[in-house]
Formats: sequence, C-alpha cells, structure tokens
Amino acid sequence: MALAAPALEQAVDWEVAEQQIGLWQDAWHRFRRNRLAVLGAGLVLFLILVAFLSPLLVHFHLIWNPGTQDVANIEVGPAQAGHPLGSDELGRDTLSRLMFGSRISLSVGILVQGIILPIGMAIGLAAGYFGGRIDNLLMRFTDIWYAFPDLIFVLVLVSVFGPSLLTIFGAIALVNWVGLARLVRGQVLAIKEKEYIEAARSSGSAPLKLILKHLLPNALGPIIVTVVFGIPSAIFLEAVLSFLGVGIQPPTPTWGQMVFDGYEAIYANPSAVVLPALAIGFTLLSFSFIGDGLRDALDPRMKR
Amino acid sequence: MIAGRPNRGALLPARLSALTDSRVGSLVFFIIRRILWMIPIVFFVILITFLLMHLAQGSPWDKAGGRQLSAAVVNNLNIKYGLNKPEYQQFELYVWNVLHFDFGLSYQYEGKTVTGLIAEGIPYTATLGVLAFIIIVPVGVGLGVLAALRQNTRVDYITMGFATAAASFPNFVIGALMVVVFSVLMAKWTQHSFFLPAADFGLDDHLIMPVITLALLPIAYTARLTRASTLDTIRQDFIRTAWAKGLTERLVVIKHVLKNSLIPVVTTLGPTFAFLVTGSLIVETVFNIPGIGRAFVTAVESRDYPMILGTTILFSIIIAIANLVVDVTYVFIDPRVRLA
Repeated sequence: MALAAPALEQAVDWEVAEQQIGLWQDAWHRFRRNRLAVLGAGLVLFLILVAFLSPLLVHFHLIWNPGTQDVANIEVGPAQAGHPLGSDELGRDTLSRLMFGSRISLSVGILVQGIILPIGMAIGLAAGYFGGRIDNLLMRFTDIWYAFPDLIFVLVLVSVFGPSLLTIFGAIALVNWVGLARLVRGQVLAIKEKEYIEAARSSGSAPLKLILKHLLPNALGPIIVTVVFGIPSAIFLEAVLSFLGVGIQPPTPTWGQMVFDGYEAIYANPSAVVLPALAIGFTLLSFSFIGDGLRDALDPRMKR
Repeated sequence: MIAGRPNRGALLPARLSALTDSRVGSLVFFIIRRILWMIPIVFFVILITFLLMHLAQGSPWDKAGGRQLSAAVVNNLNIKYGLNKPEYQQFELYVWNVLHFDFGLSYQYEGKTVTGLIAEGIPYTATLGVLAFIIIVPVGVGLGVLAALRQNTRVDYITMGFATAAASFPNFVIGALMVVVFSVLMAKWTQHSFFLPAADFGLDDHLIMPVITLALLPIAYTARLTRASTLDTIRQDFIRTAWAKGLTERLVVIKHVLKNSLIPVVTTLGPTFAFLVTGSLIVETVFNIPGIGRAFVTAVESRDYPMILGTTILFSIIIAIANLVVDVTYVFIDPRVRLA
C-alpha cells in the first residue's frame, strides 16, 4: 500500500490538471457571459467614477456647485440658462446635484454592507457551528425581528436618534444584519455535515482553523450574493427616508430628497422628478443585475 | 399507521387519542401554539419600541408651538401625560392601556387620541391594501404561469423583464413616474380633458395609480416565483401522464399544474402583507392620502411618540396575523407539511 501510493497520487494529479479551473476563474467566465450583469457592472463603475470626479469637476468649473443658487434661473427646464438638466426651486443645478447624489447613495449601499458583513458573519458562524444557546437566541431574536418591517423600524430609530448620517447608516445596518446572519447560519449547518469537514475534524483541526479554512470558503458564494443584493436594499431605504423628509438633511443633495423637492413643482418642471427617480431606479436595477449574474456564476451546479 | 410504530395513543383515553393522532387534532394544536407565539412577539415589539422612545434625546415639548415653553408648563405637561413617573411604571401602565385598546393621547394634535387617529386612517389604508391584494394574486400568478408555459419565447422575456424592472424600481419612484406620465404629461397633451388625479382619495379613478403603485412590486415577486415553481411542476412525471391521457392544455394547467405550483406561492403572501403595510407609508405620501401610513410618517417627523408606538404596534400585529394565516393555509393546502 505504502509503495503504491505515490504512483496513484501522480495519476490523479495528472488527470485533474488537464481540466482544472478554479471556482473564481470559472465564476468570472460565467459572469462575463451574462450580458445584463456586465451592463450593470459597467453602470455601477460609471457611477463610482462620477462620485469620485464630481468635486473635481466643480473645482475646474466644469459643472455648477451643487449648493450654488442661480437665483435668476429658478426651475428652468433642461438645457436652459447654462443648466444642462435644468435647475430646482432654489436655482440649484440639477446635473450637479444628481452627480453629488450618487456619492450618498453609493456610500450608503457599500458602507452599510461593510458594517453588516463582519457582524452578520461572526454571529451566523457562531450560531451555526456551535449551535446550542447562541443559535437559539439568534433564532428567537430573528422571530421578533421579522415582526418589525425594515422601513418602520428605521423610521422609529431615525425619529429617536435624529436624522444624522451616523443614525441613518447605523439604522439601515441594524435592520439588515439579521438576514445575513441567518443565511450564514444556514450555510454552516448544511456544510458542517459534509464528509470533508468530518475529515478535517478527525485529522485534528482546531475549530477556528476549521471554520476559516474549510467552512467559510465553501459558504462564500451565497454570502457574496447576499451582500451584493444588500447594496440596493440599503440604497433603497436611504432614498425612501430622504423622500419622506426624514433622511439625510439638506443641503446635502440626495436623490430621494430631489424627487421630493421636485414634487412641489411637478407640473411646471417634471424633469426635476423624473431624472433623480430614474437615477435611483437604474442604480438599483444595475445592482440587482450584478447580483443575479453573481448568483448564477458562483453556483457550481449551474454549469451548462 | 406504520407497522411497528409504538401507539402513543394507547396510554390515553380513546377519544383524546383520536384527537392527538388525527391530523385535525394536531392542526388545532398547531394553530393554538402559533397564536400563543404571537403574544411574546407583540410584547417584545412594544417593549423595544417603548424603550427606544424613552431613549430619545429631548422631550416632545421641544417644538411645541415653535417656541420654548416655560419649565412650569413642561412640568404640567409631563404630569398630564404621565411622563414624570418611573419608566417601568409608565411601561406597565402603557401595556395595561394597550390591552384596553387605549394607546394614549397624541402629542401632535391637541385633544385627539391615538386610537381615534388610527381609526380615522384605517378606511383609506384598508381600501388601498385590500384592492392591491385582490389584484396581486391573479395578476402575479397569471403572468408567472404564462411566462413558464411560454418559456424562452418573447412572452417569457417581456414578462420577466417587466418583473425584474418592477422589482428593482422603488415604489415611490414608480409612483412619481406614473404621476408625471398619467397626470402631468397626459393633462398637457389632452388639454386637461383626460388625466388621472395625482392626489387625495376617492372611490373612483383616484384609486388607480395608488393601487397600481402598491401592487406592482408584489406582483413582480409573485410572477417570478410562480414562473419558477411552474417550471418545476411541468417537468414532473404526473404532468407527462396528464398530457399522455390526452387532456387539453387548459385542463392540464388548471387541474394539475396550478394546483401544485401555487403551493410555494402561498408562502410569499406573508411578506406581501408586510410589504403592503410599509408600502402604504410611501403610497399615501406620494398621493397625499390621509391613511395610517401617512399618519405614521407625520408622527415620525414631529416626534409624536404615542402615535409612533400605537401605529408600530398595529403594524406588527397585522403582520403577525398575516403570517399566522399564511402558515395555517400552508398546512391546509400542502399535506406534506409536518406539524412538528
């Protein structure tokens, strides 16, 4: 047996090497083939670029400052009086406010996921792996949590702690981590029973190493997908708060607030409502295209 | 009964054992347990919201009348609304009152009770919610089945494209865009002879846009889910048998496919109800309808804590009941569900 082993190993190695493509490489290939996902990724990259460049464009006077009031030209339509997309009821440039609005939307979407990811993952892993009391507590907690609709709870938090940037980010993170924790728990429960985990455990891996090296990498696909789908839902919540007038306060331009402001003069200048509304809609659509693409790409069973 | 399984009922009197062993009996127990489980959930919702309200910086009198009230007035107001007592006593009193459907006095409207304000809003919110619910199921299921039966054709692509867009666009965006198209632009094109009203409530064409705005997202979700579960069902052996028997497409779809593909759809009705509740906040704000959703938003803006508490409790009870109904329905229509 001891003599035959090296030969066998070699044969196996040779066979695998012929067609081995890593999970990530494979996922990337499949993601690229999904036209909608690539389109979504392109749009999001464009938005990120806009978010970074807009202060620079203001600096070089290529666009208006989003706070400057052009009092002579209030509520003008697109392409009038030097305002490419018109101006709002205070004479502020719509294009520039749209561009600066992307900064809030993107940072809410991405930062909130940055807060949720470590918390949700740690709690989900602990509940799924160790089970027992932590698990019970998490599950009872989520039962209560799901009786609060997201938006209602965020609104209650904002009314209590005031509509500051910190409250809004925190509140949105607070309502979203439960979903991620539950997903991680489910993944861990499913993977925990697999033979390779048994093998690692019986060969003496410490729990932490087992979790980090064997459990987590195998649960990563669905976690990534959930986090990506979490981005549009956070952006959506922030936009709704702004639209309801309890979000990030003026003069900071946000898309939701622009829709609300435009509503006042919707008859005279409908573009003030349509443009930010479309910006929100297409941003969310792009993220869900990316999410759909990733979900298909990261599921090895979806091979054609 | 499976041979060899110990008969638990042997230890119980005959009539009782029939109750515990039969599905009807366990269903009754299941429903009772689910109803009892609602109590701690609603209690914790009250507790959490109550605690949060008391964590708030400042007092509800900060903005009263737009000026600073004198210390004596604030003190009197605190005594009147019971805010001078220790917190746990306030909570006890509050829960006791809630059990008697008394949610206290609104801070924001002089002399109005929260119960009264909620009662004023309910007809509007309920009308919108019920109408939306009525169109969600047939339209969503219809689109989903249609897309599945015509999989990978233009019908499928258009339906699912619509569903994806509707699921991504927030409802206030959809509402605002509809107002622009059907009210503003329509009024301009037709010289004000034909357009849809964009605000206020009425039992006529005032309902069209709010109900569509409210229903669109659940319709999209229902359609996507129905399509997936229908695709699952039509590949099963018993469907092939139904075709082999020479049944018409209508019979196969209605009697065999729908019956099975609708089972998972029922589970989404719980979330749909939750969505209708939160959707009412937005739709009522967009279309200026004086329902509970708008009342809640106004209460949040003006920090009317009793009103926020009352509406939050009401929302969570509605959602808990909806989930209960969905769970029980699910047990009825899917005999495979175990009542553990």
